[in-house]
Amino acid sequence: MSSDTPPAVAEAQDEAPKSSAPRSALTAKAGLGDRIFGGSARGAAVFILILMAAIAGFLIYQSVNAISKDKVDFLTSFTWDPDGNTTANGDAEFGIAAIAWGTLITSALGVLIGAPIAIAIALFITQYVPRTLGTVFGYVVDLLAAVPSVVYGLWGLLVLDQHMSGVSKIIEDVLGWIPMFKTNGTYGSSIFTAGIVLAIMILPIIAAISREIYKQTPREQIEAAYALGATKWEMIRLAVMPYGRSGVTSAIILGFGRALGETIAVAMVLTSVPGLVTRILQPGGNTIAANIATAFADAFTTGRQALIASGMILFLLTLLVNYAARLVIRRSAKKAGA
Amino acid sequence: MPRRSQDERDFPVKFQRYGAVAGVAVAAALALSACGSDNNSSSSSTASSGSSSGSSASACPSGTLNAAGSTAQANAISQFTKDYQTKCTGVTVNYNANGSGAGVTAFIQKQADFAGSDYSLSTTQAGQVTTAGRCGSGKAVDIPAVAGAIAVIYNVPGVTTSLNLSAKNLAAIFDGTITTWNDAAIVKDNPGVTLPSTKIQPFYRSDTSGTSYNFSNYLNALGGFAAANKQWPGKAGQGAKGSSAVAAKVKSTSGGIGYAEYSYATQNSLTYANVSNAAGAFIKLTQDNASNFIAQAKIEQSGEDTKLAFNYQYSNASAYPNTLVTYEIACGTGNDSTALPLIKGFLNYVVSSTAQSELTGLGYVPLPSAVQTADAAVVNSLS
Repeated sequence: MSSDTPPAVAEAQDEAPKSSAPRSALTAKAGLGDRIFGGSARGAAVFILILMAAIAGFLIYQSVNAISKDKVDFLTSFTWDPDGNTTANGDAEFGIAAIAWGTLITSALGVLIGAPIAIAIALFITQYVPRTLGTVFGYVVDLLAAVPSVVYGLWGLLVLDQHMSGVSKIIEDVLGWIPMFKTNGTYGSSIFTAGIVLAIMILPIIAAISREIYKQTPREQIEAAYALGATKWEMIRLAVMPYGRSGVTSAIILGFGRALGETIAVAMVLTSVPGLVTRILQPGGNTIAANIATAFADAFTTGRQALIASGMILFLLTLLVNYAARLVIRRSAKKAGA
Repeated sequence: MPRRSQDERDFPVKFQRYGAVAGVAVAAALALSACGSDNNSSSSSTASSGSSSGSSASACPSGTLNAAGSTAQANAISQFTKDYQTKCTGVTVNYNANGSGAGVTAFIQKQADFAGSDYSLSTTQAGQVTTAGRCGSGKAVDIPAVAGAIAVIYNVPGVTTSLNLSAKNLAAIFDGTITTWNDAAIVKDNPGVTLPSTKIQPFYRSDTSGTSYNFSNYLNALGGFAAANKQWPGKAGQGAKGSSAVAAKVKSTSGGIGYAEYSYATQNSLTYANVSNAAGAFIKLTQDNASNFIAQAKIEQSGEDTKLAFNYQYSNASAYPNTLVTYEIACGTGNDSTALPLIKGFLNYVVSSTAQSELTGLGYVPLPSAVQTADAAVVNSLS
């Protein structure tokens, strides 16, 4: 035993005052290395806290500055003209409502389209294919997450958008009686297209997490389900899906969070139109993140502060979504426990 | 038990040593990167003024000149830069073509020595110059530098010829009152052309743009459109960021129509319209026609500030009325003393007849000689 004592311990021994036997690392008195490491770890933690506080302070200061100059209601107005380019006296007029709505509706569409496919992929990989093939398949899905979002944006703009008018037209023909699915006869560059791009972008996240969760379904539960005479589908419904519910929910929320903050792909696909866009098949729409990306370069002082204010709203939205996710998980965990 | 204690001794101790080093490194990297990002803007500006120090008032200064702004004049400026750097080997000119609005912002925030802009400084912006003390107690001046034509580009299935689109019809299209290509008002102006019933999809610049300003100015003068604005004032259509995005959208959208500087139309091989002049005649877009129209522009000089006002009532049959002029914006007085010889040297070259005559090959239009003379006087008076 003492022959394979690593040199590190020998050094520690030198520092320690007169110890006869080699001691466990856990009980050794803190040496110089410990103090440096402990100190730097503590320093890093404190530094992060200070940094966060500084960022929050900066955001709040800038936002308050901008909102105090706003001549319309920041939370309910649909216009975005903080530099007063089109207003009567060059007054700042901007509101978050239209772009916040755009952010929520594109992300919700992305999750609605992406999540069922992602969950189906996860179930397929864990339950239907042999383990080795499943691993390979999993890698391919994970690769989707490695594609930079600007590439998705380019693809959405140059390829997907060209093919959206046909699909959009069919949807309008079937569901046109719902105001949301009506158009003015033009399609493409729409919230719907952006939603599909977002769906593909968040698919690998949801699929990867769900896959890991479904993989851990207890063998006994699966076999118990089979023993009760369940078919494969019934087994998945009885054993696998209830087991993974809370984990998959949080995977979906994570995907939703990614969709909320996605910037460049959305900015490339969507064209901006003034005001609130409620018709999701018709061109036009905007999100908070895309608005920041496109409007920041030529914004003046108030414009920049207003964009920072919108960024803070996005931050709050994301926080709310995360909090909601935790509530859901806690509740379902309780249910599973009871 | 013995196995576990060995594990603990072997692994955590080694880890501890590496861990300490890594921890320090990470903390240091964080601290360094935090400082770095804070200092970026100031360090770049000190570098530029430092490198331009030691310049003299001779014909060829040396140093680095930083400018930003209009994408419409980007091709011209890059040609001028190449020529000027060949002439004066000690000079480096950086022109960041990030849009007129962004360029003026950079100028006011002292990140650029001068700005390229497709519209003269607005009162709001002039106020911002004063508030920021950009030019000390002085004011910023506009210097007309590069002129060009605006092409009305469109993608109408089955139409490969130049359509006749009057200012009135264009105003109606961009306000959403004409919505299909076979609208009676368009058909009337285009006898012999079969127009489809495709929906019209107007595209405009979503960012603040001099092209938007000049095009809306034309539509306002001759088509009863909303007042000229760098933020597109139309009521219909979709916004795209930058001329290239507008051109790309028009190209890929059946029924699309938009506007951009002439070279974007030729580069994207898009068809462009003949637009109407004050007499209601349809004028073909050629460089000569645009040049004829720009020659009629009135020079509006107030102090050192020089603006060009187009004469939209000029109705010569070979004058294309949908044009733009881009400006360079610099401080009339109160320029940075190290950058001043560079600004004067480069801008003097830009407004010279040598440089202006090169513009034709790039798809632009040379400034009339009267404007060149007025410009040279302004540039020489900069201090």
